[in-house]
Amino acid sequence: MNNPAPNLSDFGHDPLWLSIIKALFIFVFLMVGVLLGVWTERKLISRMQHRYGPNRAGKFGLLQSVADGLKMGLKEDLMPRTVDKVIYFLAPVIIAVPAFLAFSVVPFGPMVSIFGVRTPLQLTDLPVAVLLVLATASIGVYGIVLAGWGSRSPYAILGGLRSSAQVVSYEIAMGLSFVAVFLQAGTLSTSEIVAKQAGGGTWDILGMHIPTPSWYVFSLLPSFLIYAITMLGETNRVPFDLPEGEGELVGGFHTEYSSSLKFAMFMLAEYVNVFTVSAIAITLFLGGWHAPWPISIWDGANTGWWPMLWFFGKLVLAFCFFVWVRASLPRVRYDQLMAFGWKVLIPLNLAWILLAATFRALRLPEVDRGGILALGAVIVIGAFAIWLRFDTTNQRRRERKAAEVEEEFEQLREEPTAGGFPVPPLDLPHYHGVVPAARLHHEAKEVTSGSN
Amino acid sequence: MTFEAPGFWPPSGPEVVFLLLGVVAVGSALLVVTTRQLVHAALWLVLCFGALAGGYLVLTAEFVAWVQVLIYVGAIVVLLLFGIMLTRAPIGRSADLDSGNRWAAVLVALATAGVLVSVVVAGFGTAYAPLEPGQGAAKPLGSSIFRTWVLPFEALSVLLLAALIGAIVLSRTDIRGRE
Repeated sequence: MNNPAPNLSDFGHDPLWLSIIKALFIFVFLMVGVLLGVWTERKLISRMQHRYGPNRAGKFGLLQSVADGLKMGLKEDLMPRTVDKVIYFLAPVIIAVPAFLAFSVVPFGPMVSIFGVRTPLQLTDLPVAVLLVLATASIGVYGIVLAGWGSRSPYAILGGLRSSAQVVSYEIAMGLSFVAVFLQAGTLSTSEIVAKQAGGGTWDILGMHIPTPSWYVFSLLPSFLIYAITMLGETNRVPFDLPEGEGELVGGFHTEYSSSLKFAMFMLAEYVNVFTVSAIAITLFLGGWHAPWPISIWDGANTGWWPMLWFFGKLVLAFCFFVWVRASLPRVRYDQLMAFGWKVLIPLNLAWILLAATFRALRLPEVDRGGILALGAVIVIGAFAIWLRFDTTNQRRRERKAAEVEEEFEQLREEPTAGGFPVPPLDLPHYHGVVPAARLHHEAKEVTSGSN
Repeated sequence: MTFEAPGFWPPSGPEVVFLLLGVVAVGSALLVVTTRQLVHAALWLVLCFGALAGGYLVLTAEFVAWVQVLIYVGAIVVLLLFGIMLTRAPIGRSADLDSGNRWAAVLVALATAGVLVSVVVAGFGTAYAPLEPGQGAAKPLGSSIFRTWVLPFEALSVLLLAALIGAIVLSRTDIRGRE
């Protein structure tokens, strides 16, 4: 039986009962996935840290998440007295619902027949499905922001602030890393992007036909690497988990949600979001439900229900990647996080998109190659000139600053009491509750954002 | 393309949904300016933008609809909330939200609405386009923006760039003008 990959025209014909079955399957899949995911993460990270992890409830501690969930359900549901009640209640709902919605456009497999109806293994698809995923992710931020604001606690508000700035910044880089995929695939629909990764072309060089790999992770590696970084930032996972940095913010935005079902909703949303970004990485870059290379030699690998297995396998591996990163990397500092997002990821991404678009344009059949190459040369030379101009200015500024610092050190070496020497001042304001007149800095310089 | 426009009565399903979404958008927009709680105003704005996106969806403009959610709901209002939280973050009612110019503002708003509605009705009152799925995908939109409308598009992006640079210059106190 030949199962062609579904395209957009295969959607929208499902009878209602089939749509309900698919939606129910996705819901149950995600719920069970979260239960097992929490267990996997705790077990795996324990093993990476030379300890056992949960091993009391059930065989291998498998029932630990169930026990935790039951405990949370049975706990008293506290509502702090001064919170904004509506928003405090709505925040966990707002964060959880979009997390589930994004999975409706994730392709699990090709056309199969369920009770005699031929249908794609995907709830629905749109011509702009990937935008839907980005949009749901951006709605999910409201849960964090509102939880932070509605709790009326300084820790929670700081968590909410950090999160809103972080997610908005990293969403731009994430959206840009999809652009190269759209250019390559020529579509924004998830099922068609997967279909485009079915088989690569051949690369004719010196009379040999070398088959090129078809997954976009190979042809668009820079996009994939940037996506892999932004997906950590987008889900607030280590090393970008500053919104709930427990070292400095107690629990961050969910500090006031003290271990009831509302807190369970935050946990649920975090794990579902991890699954969503992993599924998007698989769909856009890792070939979707297509079998990986050694298996794909077998003709039946990409037909029937088998692809679902490959998809699950990839999902498990992606989740393990998250755990691995969490076990390995320390949390980054907040200004490093923002500088990395805006000054490294976004410019790199834009440059790579230009490059990818140029290659794409060169491969169009009816195109004037000389014109494109001339345009490309002009852009490269122009960009280089701008960089040179700014680099010399920056160099001069750095030299001036170094000279200033050197001068200050010189002064301090001569008279150590001039202030600023690295010993703690013994008349700090909070010792007395007042600022001594001698330490009032009238000439104190304002530190503006972005001037590091 | 000219099609025979069907009458307004009986209204079709999409028309009813579109009207309801319009009511939601106008109602939440009114609540944005009348609510006494600053953060709730931002949230009503989210509902207003969401209803607009729903309106685009009913008109089969899927790309515009999701970009509306992505940009306006996902970025702009989040930044507004960020600004509110960074500065005051008040909970409960604020007494000082009423502007002294509100009657002038009502007048200007009504006049603008009147001009826009009359222009649209005069220009497109009898125009009719059938709703076909797929018309609002990325491809037709992209080819019309970058072929027919490329000049206004580029002019807009230069305008936005100028605003961006202006905001940076205004917010940084270590960049001074020439003495």
